[in-house]
Amino acid sequence: MLSLRDVSVQYGNYTAIQNINIEVRSGEIVVLLGANGAGKSTTFRTISGLNKPATGDIFFEGSSICSLTPDKIVKAGIVQCAEDRKLFPEMSVQENLMMGAYVHRRKKKEIKHTLEEVFELFPILHEKRNQAAGSLSGGQQQMLAIGRALMSKPELMLLDEPSIGLAPLIVEQMFESIQQINQDGTTILLAEQNAHAALSIANKGYVYENGNIVVEGSSKELFANEEVRKAYIGA
Amino acid sequence: MAAIFSKRNVVIGLIVLAALFPYVARNDYYLHVLTLAFIWMIAVYGLNLLAGFTGYLSLAHAGFFAIGAYALGLLTVKAEMGFWPAFLLAPVITTGIGFLVGIIALRTKEHFFAIYTLCVGYIIYLVIDKWEGLTGGVRGLIGIPAPADIGPISLSTPIAQYYFVLTILLLVILVIYRIIHSLTGKTFIAIRNSEDLALSLGISTIKNKLLSFVLSTFFAGVAGALYASFIRFIGPDIGNLNITFDLLVYMIVGGIGTLSGPIVGTLLIVWLSQNLQFLQDYRMLIFGPLLTLIVIFSPRGIVGFIAGWFTNWKLRRKVNINQAQEQAEEV
Ligand SMILES: Nc1ncnc2c1ncn2[C@@H]1O[C@H](COP(=O)(O)OP(=O)(O)OP(=O)(O)O)[C@@H](O)[C@H]1O
Ligand SMILES: [Mg+2]
Repeated sequence: MLSLRDVSVQYGNYTAIQNINIEVRSGEIVVLLGANGAGKSTTFRTISGLNKPATGDIFFEGSSICSLTPDKIVKAGIVQCAEDRKLFPEMSVQENLMMGAYVHRRKKKEIKHTLEEVFELFPILHEKRNQAAGSLSGGQQQMLAIGRALMSKPELMLLDEPSIGLAPLIVEQMFESIQQINQDGTTILLAEQNAHAALSIANKGYVYENGNIVVEGSSKELFANEEVRKAYIGA
Repeated sequence: MAAIFSKRNVVIGLIVLAALFPYVARNDYYLHVLTLAFIWMIAVYGLNLLAGFTGYLSLAHAGFFAIGAYALGLLTVKAEMGFWPAFLLAPVITTGIGFLVGIIALRTKEHFFAIYTLCVGYIIYLVIDKWEGLTGGVRGLIGIPAPADIGPISLSTPIAQYYFVLTILLLVILVIYRIIHSLTGKTFIAIRNSEDLALSLGISTIKNKLLSFVLSTFFAGVAGALYASFIRFIGPDIGNLNITFDLLVYMIVGGIGTLSGPIVGTLLIVWLSQNLQFLQDYRMLIFGPLLTLIVIFSPRGIVGFIAGWFTNWKLRRKVNINQAQEQAEEV
């Protein structure tokens, strides 16, 4: 479905990621692990078209998306939920969700249907639909950010550290929701610090170090890998 | 009590007040000042759409205002076109030039955008000032006709012109209201919030920024055309940076990115200017600190300040009612 081939990205002279190769197949959950500054978010920004690769190419369902603008990439079916989980604070929860459906703005019925699905997944958003998004708690804001991304009916969703800063109980719920989204038919590429939880729901993973992928394999293989266990799982 | 001050009633009240003003004031000078203020408001609404709602501070706004004014002036005086066709064409010409400038200017962001448009504004001013063959240069353009009669309705008296400008202003406010509450308006606000976020939701920021820019120049053009037909003499000064700064002050004092800010800010500053005329240019000694205080203590201007105060008041009242209920239940 998505493949990155030898992708490198530079900020000025600084090479943030180098010769990255990633394969995501339809229906999978794939996780990117790595310390702070390893290059996970840069990879996401590049897939969504916010950064352009210096070398290499990115293919989505067979065709290159490198030359597409970010809005075309969303239309093609890839949506990103960025790590800063930015909302439109003065808009209501529902208005935020509606903004997520921007690419389908002419299909009113379809949007309504998707909105119901999102409310079903995150009932709290329905309860608070008329509140200003800025008044939500951190966890609710993350749900809203994910819900908003879902409103574009993506085939592939990029989730950048969805569990960051959330209480353990909420983290657990968050991963359950992610699994639910995946079972409903959305392929997921996930960046996480929370390696244990992420690998438990993922099919496979890639481990970043200083802008390079140093280990890759199925979740099982990564769980079994001594170095990965030490560095990221801590057991 | 609060019901009397519902939004709808306030709006109706203000419109009635504006409609009755000529009969209450019975003073041609006040009428003149207020008509001019309405024209500024239209320009400020354009600036506010771009700077306030979309987050792009254009310093070329007076330039586009001048283009609107000169378009009307040249079409009527030199091309001897009828007033109404010229009045319709002037904003179109302004918008066309706005489109071309926008395509290039919007490649820049934030302060670079401000600096770029500052230069554009100055170039527009220079062109008007130096191209004597076309614009008359510093001598300006005289003999611009007042709005032509519409059938039996004459638009040549001060009162008639007042109502004419007021009507256009109300139309402009209605259009702005509709834009702000449409998906397009939300898109502008999304871009102001974060362009990256807007992009990652699938919004084409290039198209929407250009739309906002072009719309803002359209309103500047309308205001300019009205100005030319109202004052009937224009010189290069109307494209001067001073005018841009006046418009900015009206917008910031009233409330940047608010719907009623342009009205409040323009009225207040115009009124203050009238009352402080004896101070001449030293008026700035009052406006400068006023502006500074507002930017520091209420970045959303007077309207933002009042809105915040009102929300707090409602919240407090809610809390009070809840407490009263609890006490009642306890008893
Ligand atoms: N806009 C930028 N300009 C310059 N350098 C940047 C920029 N964004 C990121 N970098 C650098 O690129 C490298 C990779 O950053 P990136 O944000 O992709 O890391 P990350 O893996 O997402 O880290 P984290 O877990 O902290 O989110 C870092 O060294 C960072 O300093
Ligand atoms: Mg990151």
